[in-house]
Amino acid sequence: MPCISADGKLTSDGRMRLERLKAVKAVSAEEIVSVTGEPLFKVRRSLRELKTAGYVEESEGKYTVTEQGLKALNE
Amino acid sequence: MDETAKVTLPRLGGKAPDFEAVTTQGTFKLEDFKGTWLILFSHPADFTPVCTTEFIAFAEIYEELKKRNVALLGLSVDSVPSHIAWVRNVEEKMGVEIPFPVIADLNKEIAMRYGMIHPDQSKTETVRCVFIIDPEGIVRAMLYYPLTTGRNMSEILRVIDALQTTDKNKVATPANWKPGDPVIVPPPTTQEAAKERLEQGYECKDWYLCKKKL
Repeated sequence: MPCISADGKLTSDGRMRLERLKAVKAVSAEEIVSVTGEPLFKVRRSLRELKTAGYVEESEGKYTVTEQGLKALNE
Repeated sequence: MDETAKVTLPRLGGKAPDFEAVTTQGTFKLEDFKGTWLILFSHPADFTPVCTTEFIAFAEIYEELKKRNVALLGLSVDSVPSHIAWVRNVEEKMGVEIPFPVIADLNKEIAMRYGMIHPDQSKTETVRCVFIIDPEGIVRAMLYYPLTTGRNMSEILRVIDALQTTDKNKVATPANWKPGDPVIVPPPTTQEAAKERLEQGYECKDWYLCKKKL
């Protein structure tokens, strides 16, 4: 499922992904796959959506939740 | 369809044409599949009989493909609502869940890039194409089938196995090869190597045609 709905809100899938990211330090798509067993292409797509929405940031292939992402989780 | 739009045909050994696609499971880019094998296949139209049998057949090999690190991605020029309605119909009437995303290529942009429209078959629908793309984004095999003829899943799996065996072992695979069969040793490229080949313990018909068991 997409992480961001058509009206720009976090979907349940998006919320779950952000919660998981919040619980760890910077993590790569491949590391997420090694834990969850999901298809890599779906994880990459989800991270791209969250990054475009400003909820995660990426540095050298590792992703962390932003302040905006933390705020979205609290809404 | 814009007749002046550029039609390209992917080539074996070349980079798979880039795309960003709206699918039944969200938007994907080709780069999302880097690091995995990808089967991108097209079908002419939703709610048609041969296509439905093919979707069921692809669903039946989905787990086998996953074991081989292969993602599956369908495409037709139908819309997302049409795709959703069709896969729901297949699940309801035939009891088969369709687990892979299906691209809605309404403007035929991806279809044109991949040479999926063959006007003598249909000016509006894609023919039955299969592109096997490796983890580096290189097109490794292509199948083009007519509207009338459903594809064979055993052959698609066999080609995946053959390509992965080739990559892992630096060998080729002979006609009708299946996993477990002897593979072809790359032929000698110098006269000296050809002279030595028959003494290297392979199963040879001649210096240029030798097999070995993996």
